[in-house]
Amino acid sequence: MSAIKVSNVKKQFRVYLDKGSSLKERFLSFKRNKYEVRTVLNGVSFEVGRGEAVGLIGHNGCGKSTLLKLLTRIMYPNEGNIEMNGRVSSLIELGAGFHPDMSGRENIYINAAIFGLTKREIDARLEDIIAFSELEEFIDNPVRTYSSGMYMRLAFSVAINVDADILLIDEILAVGDANFQMKCFNRLREIKQQGVTIVLVSHALSQIEQICDRTIWIQDGLIRMDGKPRDVHMAYSDFMGEKRQVAALKEQERKKKEEERKRREEEKKRKEEEKRKEAERNPGLGLPGKVKRWGNGLAKIGDVCMKNAAGEERIVFTTGEPVTIEMHYQVQQPVEDAVFGFGIFRVDGVQCYGSNTRIDHYEPFGLEKDGVLRIPLESLNLIPGAYMLDVTIEQNVEVPVDYYRDAVRFEMRSPYSDVGVSRLQHTFVWEEKGNE
Amino acid sequence: MNIFRELYNYRQMIFSLVKRDLRGRYKGSVFGFLWTFLNPLLQLVVYTFVFSFLLKSEVENYYLFLFVALIPWLFFSTAITGGSGSVLHQAGMVTKIYFPREVLPISHVTSAFINMLYSFIVVFAVIIIARVPVSPVALLYLPVVMIVEYFLALGITMLVSAITVYFRDLEFILSIFMMAWQYLTPVMYSVDIVPEHLMRLFMLNPMTPITIAYRDILYYAKAPDLSTLLLAIGMSAAFMLIGFWAFGRLKKRFAEEM
Repeated sequence: MSAIKVSNVKKQFRVYLDKGSSLKERFLSFKRNKYEVRTVLNGVSFEVGRGEAVGLIGHNGCGKSTLLKLLTRIMYPNEGNIEMNGRVSSLIELGAGFHPDMSGRENIYINAAIFGLTKREIDARLEDIIAFSELEEFIDNPVRTYSSGMYMRLAFSVAINVDADILLIDEILAVGDANFQMKCFNRLREIKQQGVTIVLVSHALSQIEQICDRTIWIQDGLIRMDGKPRDVHMAYSDFMGEKRQVAALKEQERKKKEEERKRREEEKKRKEEEKRKEAERNPGLGLPGKVKRWGNGLAKIGDVCMKNAAGEERIVFTTGEPVTIEMHYQVQQPVEDAVFGFGIFRVDGVQCYGSNTRIDHYEPFGLEKDGVLRIPLESLNLIPGAYMLDVTIEQNVEVPVDYYRDAVRFEMRSPYSDVGVSRLQHTFVWEEKGNE
Repeated sequence: MNIFRELYNYRQMIFSLVKRDLRGRYKGSVFGFLWTFLNPLLQLVVYTFVFSFLLKSEVENYYLFLFVALIPWLFFSTAITGGSGSVLHQAGMVTKIYFPREVLPISHVTSAFINMLYSFIVVFAVIIIARVPVSPVALLYLPVVMIVEYFLALGITMLVSAITVYFRDLEFILSIFMMAWQYLTPVMYSVDIVPEHLMRLFMLNPMTPITIAYRDILYYAKAPDLSTLLLAIGMSAAFMLIGFWAFGRLKKRFAEEM
């Protein structure tokens, strides 16, 4: 027998256009009590076996929290059926019913009672709960004297010590300091080992990978994918990357406009200042630092972009994928002994990589006509984060022709959560020593 | 009948919420729990003063006449006016955790009821100190009347607390409604002054037989009429049925309406 059986569940919400729940409004809008029916779940079916741990993922508003609420019986489906076999406990709201003026001990009783425990059951668990919370010294102080971390620790300890057959968890593993989180995690694993069925909603895919044997991805009220966490998460992060690409583009556009506006304002100010001071200036040569571009202007860099293997312009890439930097340039006057270069910086300013044609021992060359420079990178191995790309044309030894700082901003995503700057290609190989 | 088994399983929650309410109510005040007794006592002082010096009544020992009916009425009225928001004001819990929603009105009414029991300690103290005659046989009926009133209040509170979630004005309408109801109940006057032809109508008010019974037991020191008692029991049972039925129907969409 399965622990959870969800068959063809549909859930709609009424979204009132003008919610008139007071007398006056109800009378005034007696006939036009308009509401839209929004379908959040549109026929979801799955089964969860006894002792299985399942993660629910999906972007915001996809219906996963609603599904969890239906499982908890906080809400009821409009259509379909949900069967839950066994005692259900939920870690959706921590510290329900806590009274600030009452002691930690008294609040344990209240909170546990809300989970449906009897006094005898609470008595039996009291020591465990207090010990788990590590609040022995403070347990008889009023809860209002607790720090928020202590408060959450107490609340979590109660919730996790309610013995249940089915445990529903919503995005709450961010409790307390790293140590306590570790403890909660270990406790969850222990609970799973005891054969408790777990359903976990989280945005932290790594958390799900650590606990669950299965992930269900919900998208627009339907199950989009159901399978091993690694497979589902790969597909999910690809999908989210696409979405991110769109969002990031918009964001950049907005930023560009903002910068343009600022630049114009600054320009204006500078000009005014120039007039006032009537000081002489070197046209075309700014100073490095705050300025984004400088150089002697013999050649100009035009459009700069980054493309994926399919030749599409992108600003979000997956660690390890081939990327080509493309830069158009216009030559105003012939440039002798030219040097092309690029550099990649993390947004906090750390230089991740940089090189140019001189460093790479290219034969010296000159520029006479406009053209396009392409820099194919076999695999861009930066770890997830936001980065900036600088491109340059230089002359002789480090005379800037056009130095274009922060030409492209891009982001990296990755199914792995490794640390550092760049993912070094690696494998783990080990062998056991034989008994000789 | 599943709901009653479930409520039994959640008895500790009801108990905890009642305790939290009773203990939390006067937390931080100087007299603390003493207020539970001070409150009715001070009310009694005011009424005694008003009706002994300002508005002299023909009824003998009017302050007691009033007091034995007023304490039960105050329970009834606070249970309902306060109880109408008992579900709505716990939105945090209702939208986040599962528990049988009936727990909320039940614990509210229960805590108001226990408060009334404490007030009755004051009532008895006054009866003893004032040397008012008491009938032990009549007193045996007191718990019955109290329980009947408890279930009446619970039935109505269930009904209004469920409706308040969908229709928030009810909470405010109720406070006016309860004031009017008080004047239609023989709390401040004797039922004898009600005109004969209106009496039938008057007895349709479920609080009328209950108030009469309280007064019979504590003021006139006699057992209440069986017919009065049966009428009270019948009406309270009817309200319980309606209350639980309506609540059961309406509770499914509580979380969405909040």
